Amino acid sequence: MKETIENEMELQFISKSTNESFARITVAAFASQLDPTIEELADIKTAVSEAVTNCIIHAYDNKQGIIKINAKLQENEIIIKISDNGKGIENIDVAKEPLYTTKPNLERSGMGFTIMESFMDSMKVESIVGLGTKITLTKTIKKEEDTEESKLIGLTKE
Amino acid sequence: MESKFYEENKLLVFKIKDEIDDCSVQKIRRKADYEIERYMPKKVVFDFDSVTFMDSAGIGLIIGRYKFANMLGGKLEVANLTQSVRKIFEMSGILKLIPVTEI
Repeated sequence: MKETIENEMELQFISKSTNESFARITVAAFASQLDPTIEELADIKTAVSEAVTNCIIHAYDNKQGIIKINAKLQENEIIIKISDNGKGIENIDVAKEPLYTTKPNLERSGMGFTIMESFMDSMKVESIVGLGTKITLTKTIKKEEDTEESKLIGLTKE
Repeated sequence: MESKFYEENKLLVFKIKDEIDDCSVQKIRRKADYEIERYMPKKVVFDFDSVTFMDSAGIGLIIGRYKFANMLGGKLEVANLTQSVRKIFEMSGILKLIPVTEI
């Protein structure tokens, strides 16, 4: 019988863009306990990178602030919460629209939320103007039995 | 990022070797614009073969260089897209605009 993994970690760092890679690599290392495929891991890294970049560029507008990440593993699911105490989002629905960006001059594509939404199973955005934003991302990692079976018949993922 | 200019067909190839995110993209952008302006290529190709990570910063990078190369009378193409790079480009729709080439 498969053992249920229950684990949790918290990460706190200042809003420097060099911390984008630190954040996504750390979360990916934590997520690897669920034995994800390379593609699932890449999806998680990309989503975390988008969320952290948003905190740095938008929430704190390149001024110094604190970004917190809390990640939980529950059975086959990873729940990642990324929060800041930045300026908040006035209209979440508009911000989530593909290609919408308040910073086209920085060559931002406006695809951050779209990527988070489609690379993860779910995305929740909570924001209070002037107080900050919290993004909750979840992703279920495919069960081991599936991959075990595909290994038996000689199929590997990707 | 390495670059190579082929004088005979005015081709400028950038081989990106870094992870592409909001942090690294600034350096890539600066080098690319400098070289595009210097060589005035007919065609610019970005080679993604050695890219181990890319987020949406890569979309802005390519659209920005596409516009810049166009402004100077050149074309832009992308090559050797890894599975995850392709996934992000396809989501953004830029592959309808920018051809994928062999290199």
